[in-house]
Amino acid sequence: MVSGATAWDIAASVHDPEIPVLSIADLGVLRDVRDDGDAVTVTITPTYSGCPAMDTIRDDLVLALTAAGFARVDVRTVLAPAWTTDWITPHGREALAAFGIAPPGPVTARSGPIPLRLSVKCPRCGSLDTRELARFGSTSCKALYQCRSCDEPFDHFKAH
Amino acid sequence: MTLRQAQGPEESEPHGTVTVDEVLLSAELAGGEGVAASADVAEYALWLGDDALILSQQLGAWISRAPELEEDVALGNIALDLLGHARSLLRYAGTWDGRTEDDLAYFRDEPDWRTAWLFQQPNGDFAHTIARQLAASCFQFELYTALQRSSDATLAAIAAKSVREVEYHRDHAVQWTLRLADGTDESRRRMVTAVTDVWPYVDELFRDEPLVERLAQDAPGAAVRPSALRSGFDGVIAAVFAECGLEVPALPPSSAGGRHGIHFPSMGYLLAEMQVLARQHPGATW
Repeated sequence: MVSGATAWDIAASVHDPEIPVLSIADLGVLRDVRDDGDAVTVTITPTYSGCPAMDTIRDDLVLALTAAGFARVDVRTVLAPAWTTDWITPHGREALAAFGIAPPGPVTARSGPIPLRLSVKCPRCGSLDTRELARFGSTSCKALYQCRSCDEPFDHFKAH
Repeated sequence: MTLRQAQGPEESEPHGTVTVDEVLLSAELAGGEGVAASADVAEYALWLGDDALILSQQLGAWISRAPELEEDVALGNIALDLLGHARSLLRYAGTWDGRTEDDLAYFRDEPDWRTAWLFQQPNGDFAHTIARQLAASCFQFELYTALQRSSDATLAAIAAKSVREVEYHRDHAVQWTLRLADGTDESRRRMVTAVTDVWPYVDELFRDEPLVERLAQDAPGAAVRPSALRSGFDGVIAAVFAECGLEVPALPPSSAGGRHGIHFPSMGYLLAEMQVLARQHPGATW
């Protein structure tokens, strides 16, 4: 049996391996946690379909919950409703900005093949005068930007 | 028992929460409890999964060889998304007869694959890869947009997840098509050649095979009728080509035959490279 922190709190303490300032709860991939006493079932959802962080998150959940005393840990993955960046919590957005990754704006409905986007704020100097260098960045969820005011390149967690 | 759920930003989807992993995404449990695909739905999932997997494998070959570093990253990201789609679709296909995604990816011989010929076209030069990406991503965008409303909850969930990613792939292909066609004389020459070489394989994507007719009878609304996607595809291509002065080549379509297991000559070599490790060292992990 487990005492103290709830199963949710323990699961929520697991962090994204590629963006270590974000817990999986802040990222919005932790969907639900069912505590049945000795057993716990955690449901997560992938950010992007091929995201390799999911395997690490799964392993980290099993380790954290086993260490907390649960005899059996099941981690399930659901696809629907599909994750969007709107699932990232306000706290998660602050953590991203503090870490130097420009957080995503709201997901907007797109109507044509040429989408319109709001400008992205530089996480270092706050300027809105920034440009996209590459829409595909170091991980599936990020794009590479550069600030025209301070010249620094930075990662942007793209609205998705 | 206590249950705590995350509060999502959106209203619930038509199918509610679809649990895919527990019964479908777990290799060990494939074919076990829960929703298993019928033979025909599994075959349809195989069509889409085989398209995605072969394209993913081909794009992976560009890594370290693309024209610029950003393209290595972009094509690698696109390949990773497609691999994710393929894994979900092959796992679901495997629920019919108990095969795992690895069984389907590594231990099927060429006649058992269902990949359309467009996806089997060689990478060629960068323009050929972009022409193939343009046709493939515009097709997949129309397909997954429609398949989100499938009566099959698993296919609908996979499509809803995939369409958001394919939209990036389409944007990437459109931007490069415009840039190459409107670039230098040499880039334009290559783009025109690439579109001419790739376009005969577009027609196959929109053919209503007997499988589609059977599904329309036995599982109404589960599959998307390929021919119904043609006008949406043609509209986007017309807009892109008009922007950069390209024309749809007036060429007869290839007979193709991917949905029947008859493949382009490059397919055997591609499968050999993709499957050799798993076949020589069954069960290998790293």
